[in-house]
Parts: sequence; C-alpha cells; structure tokens
Amino acid sequence: MLHTVNKSPHGHSALAECLRVCAADDVVVLIEDGVYAAIAGNSRLPGPDAPKLYALSADVAARGLAPHLAEGVALLDYAGFVQLCCEHPVIQSWY
Amino acid sequence: MSKRFLIVCRQPPYGSSFAREALDMALACAAFEQRVALLFLGDGVLQLAGAQQAEAIGQKPLDKQLGALPLYDVDALYADADALAARGLSDTTLALPVQALDGAGIRALLTEQDIVLGF
Amino acid sequence: MHTFAILVLGAPVSSQSVHTAYEFARAALAAGHRIERVFFYHDGVLCGNQLQIAAGGERALPVQWSELAGAHGVDLVVCVASALKRGVVDEAEARRYGKAAGNLQDGFELSGLGQWVDACLKADRVITFGP
Repeated sequence: MLHTVNKSPHGHSALAECLRVCAADDVVVLIEDGVYAAIAGNSRLPGPDAPKLYALSADVAARGLAPHLAEGVALLDYAGFVQLCCEHPVIQSWY
Repeated sequence: MSKRFLIVCRQPPYGSSFAREALDMALACAAFEQRVALLFLGDGVLQLAGAQQAEAIGQKPLDKQLGALPLYDVDALYADADALAARGLSDTTLALPVQALDGAGIRALLTEQDIVLGF
Repeated sequence: MHTFAILVLGAPVSSQSVHTAYEFARAALAAGHRIERVFFYHDGVLCGNQLQIAAGGERALPVQWSELAGAHGVDLVVCVASALKRGVVDEAEARRYGKAAGNLQDGFELSGLGQWVDACLKADRVITFGP
C-alpha cells in the first residue's frame, strides 16, 4: 500500500496514525507540509523499522529543506509520484 | 461489479463536516451495492460517543444517522481499540456496534480492501 | 497504462492540496495514463467556482482544471449536495432555488456521489487529495 501524508508531524497526528497501521512493505510519500517529517534529526523522523519514505521534491524545495533531509528519504517529482502509485494498487491518504 | 471499499473516519463529529460526508460516502457505496466497511481511527472514534444532542448547535445528530448503516447492510464496523481507550470510551456504550481492533487487526483489515477513502 | 480516479477535498487557495492534485493529474496524463474522473467533494466543490479571481500573475485553479479537462477529455464532477451547501450552483440549480445566477465553471458538471463510485469501479488506481 502507498500512503500519502500532507501534515507536519509536530502539530498533527496524521503521520503517527499512518505509521501505526503501515505494513513493512508499504511506502509513505510525504507531500505538502508532510515533508517536514523528513528533516534530519527531527523528533518525529520515522525510525529504521518504518516503511520506505519518499518526499515530493517540489514541496521540499518550496520549504527550503533540500540541504536538511534525513538520509534514506528518496525525492520524487510529480512524475515519480504517479509512477510510484502505479506500483501500489491501494493508496491511502492521511491529511 | 463490486469492490471492497473501506471508509476511514479520523475526525470527530460536528466541528467539521467530514464525519457527515464520510457517512454519505459510505451510504452511497452501499446504495450502489459495493462491499463497504467503516473504520474509526484517532478522533474518529468520538463519532461513536452516544446520546449526542446536535440540535443544540443547529446540526442533525450523527449518532442517529450512523444508525442507518445497518439498514443498508453495512455492518462491517471497526474502531481502533487504543483510540477508544485514549479517549475514555472503552467502557461506554457506543452509538454503533463496532469491533475494536488493535494495530495488527487494523493492518489486516487494510490488506483486505480494494479502495480506501479517508475522511 | 493505468486509469486513475481522483478525489479532491480541499478548496483552492485555502489548501495546497488542490494544486498538488492538479500537478498529479497533469503528470499522470503526460505519462500516458487515463483519468476516469476527478470528483470534487467537501470543500473541493469550490474548485468549480467560476467566480474565483486569481491574484495578479496567477491563474485560478478552476480555470486550470477546466483547461486540463478540455485538452484531455477528463470528466470533472462536483458533488451536487456538497456544492449547493457551499454556494456552487449551475444554471439549473440557480433557477430552481431562485438564485441570481449559476457560478459553475465551464467544463465542470454537478452530479451525485454515484459518479464517484462509478469512477472507482472503472479505475484501477484511486487517490484522495485532502486539505
């Protein structure tokens, strides 16, 4: 399953609720304000057991976060986001 | 053709229209003879607190409207056990007969779905 | 090739989600996928408001959606019940309720939730963009 999360994890429970129900082989795409979860060293950065994390590059750039991203977070453009959705039959959005 | 739809409710009632619109979506899917399940997560479990008097704020009571679900044969109703406990609802009578699930149970429920719509 | 059904719940300007949905739709079409329908629900019905005036240099999202739909034959459907409650009406509903005029953006159509269910059945990928 592919999950999208569009809220900062510091002011909103969306990411926490998402991670709680994720399976190991799910993927999480951080979009819009959700990309703040990808900042290296932030207290809400998902741990090593979390599903694979992606961040939408346009949202990362808009928010000035490119130099601050945690290792292991892969960037996607909109085309990559579409392609990733094609690889996952079910998509759940958390907002 | 029928697909398995899961409507995920994460918002409390009345403060926004999401709860009402999630229910309308569930009823529409059922009316079109789809397989529908509802999952109440996070603050969504607050929709299940009974004896709501929504007329006090000029709205219709959601708990009564949730009661329409069984009339549409929607009886696959689930709630996050931890969310109920965190909100002090574990031992109260809920507006709907829901099955309380733990994290593993919720993950299993998700794997059974074709389409997940979150509100 | 996949077929997408896209649910839009946010209002333009107030939520970035509408822009994200639009860019996603554009990218899906550019990659050769089909969009069965874009369905606007909750505050998303405001995407069909023709009266939205964009700030200088920007283009209003209702117009952008309309142009995308026209270029690619995409169905844009606004939930009629949600729309009426939020003041998005076509000419027929405006007459029915005695309003001065309709304000539905060209290229959009008012219809019921059944159209969303139908889109979900015909698509093989369903995605929601929430506010």
